[in-house]
Amino acid sequence: MTDFGYSINTSSRMNLDDFDKESFDKLAEMEPDVRKCMACGSCTASCTAGKFHETSLRSAILALQNGQEGKAIDFLKGCMLCGKCTMVCPRGINTRHLILSILKVYGTK
Amino acid sequence: MNNNILIVGGGPAGMEAAGMLQRLGYNTMLVERSSKLGGHLAAWDRLFPKGLQAKETLDRLTAGINGVKYFLDTDINSINILDDSFNVILSNGITILAKAVLIATGFDLFKAEKKEEYGYGIYDRVITNADLEAYYKTGKSDTIQNPKSIGFVHCVGSRDEKVGNLSCSKVCCATAVKQACEIKQRFPEAQVYSFYMDLRMFGRYYEDLYLEAQKKYGIRFIRGRVSEVSEKEDKSLLVKAEDTLSSKPIKVSVDLLVLMAGIRPAEAGKRVGRMLHLSNEEDGFFSTKDTIRDLQMSKIPGLFFAGTCTGPKTIPETLNDAKSAAMEIDEYIKQNFPDRK
Ligand code: SF4
Ligand code: SF4
Ligand code: SF4
Repeated sequence: MTDFGYSINTSSRMNLDDFDKESFDKLAEMEPDVRKCMACGSCTASCTAGKFHETSLRSAILALQNGQEGKAIDFLKGCMLCGKCTMVCPRGINTRHLILSILKVYGTK
Repeated sequence: MNNNILIVGGGPAGMEAAGMLQRLGYNTMLVERSSKLGGHLAAWDRLFPKGLQAKETLDRLTAGINGVKYFLDTDINSINILDDSFNVILSNGITILAKAVLIATGFDLFKAEKKEEYGYGIYDRVITNADLEAYYKTGKSDTIQNPKSIGFVHCVGSRDEKVGNLSCSKVCCATAVKQACEIKQRFPEAQVYSFYMDLRMFGRYYEDLYLEAQKKYGIRFIRGRVSEVSEKEDKSLLVKAEDTLSSKPIKVSVDLLVLMAGIRPAEAGKRVGRMLHLSNEEDGFFSTKDTIRDLQMSKIPGLFFAGTCTGPKTIPETLNDAKSAAMEIDEYIKQNFPDRK
């Protein structure tokens, strides 16, 4: 094979076509407030688990919408369901219920 | 036949409308519950986007109401809707029979102490946009002593279900950017952070202001809502947020934290609204007749609105709204009382 002097890396671009609409709709049925997130970051900033393990509900919701379910679950692995994020969410999302619902819908993957 | 018009509220909206109606030939009366005219404008130092002195605008408004009768320190005791006029009793004992009433009751700033996690009223060095403006105006403050780092917190009391207000206050983004630039003018060495969720720099020249804040003043914009603030032993403050663009929780120490308290309907206006059984929207501000064209009209014939009593507005928007209200009133009188003069 000709050596072109470079190799091809897998693209770091996210493919929104990978978005799993069916699962997301199922999640939204369980917890409609998932669609209310305005990505303010209050949950991540106040997260008690976030200090030790990268825990971010905001990132998890975004990852789901970007078709990265595995990553989404990773963002919630450290969650201790303490509910502090529920106290700060300016959109009034029941974040604990949302987290549980995400794990229910996507957790087995 | 009288051609009395009564205006409730002596802020920019009430003053602008009063001046115009007076010049249109009406006998215009203005009621203001505080002891001076000008509303919040009178307490402000400079105005975005170009940094004009608030006083210049206020002086022009004051010159414009020449001939208008106004009552200070006066409340509305009662308003009765008669067939084709309003019978209004003032707290000073005067009764006015008015052909039309203009509600220009404005706004109250959100009470920042309600957002306990930000520590206003608890920590010494947490102040509001209004406190900072007072400092700019007078040059005096016990709190502001050569701060090395300063934080601005957007959306305090706005876009927040926790305080019962989902809506955006519209003017605080531009105010924050303006105030951030001004603090850098006073303390060029200070590091200034602005914690925002969305920067709503919608108006003419606003984007230039934003650019200036970045380029000339090096304001550090951090996209994340502040989640909590705590006070350290030396009275400086530890601010926590997420830098959502880096997807990392962050903390930073500041010597001064400025809360951008939002716009809420004035309590005094609500009181007048109750007398007239006016309805309001979910955001708490009065409902207008429609939401596109009849923004200065209420559902009651002869009763009109101007300014921020129908939702957050910039000063120029408020003045335009007041002009429109004056024109609507003029049209209403001409149509309903053709023989008024
Ligand atoms: S409930 Fe989970 S995600 Fe929310 S603050 Fe507690 S640990 Fe963090
Ligand atoms: S606090 Fe609520 S609105 Fe903000 S990012 Fe988290 S879930 Fe979304
Ligand atoms: S104008 Fe800006 S700071 Fe004010 S409520 Fe709206 S987004 Fe928040």
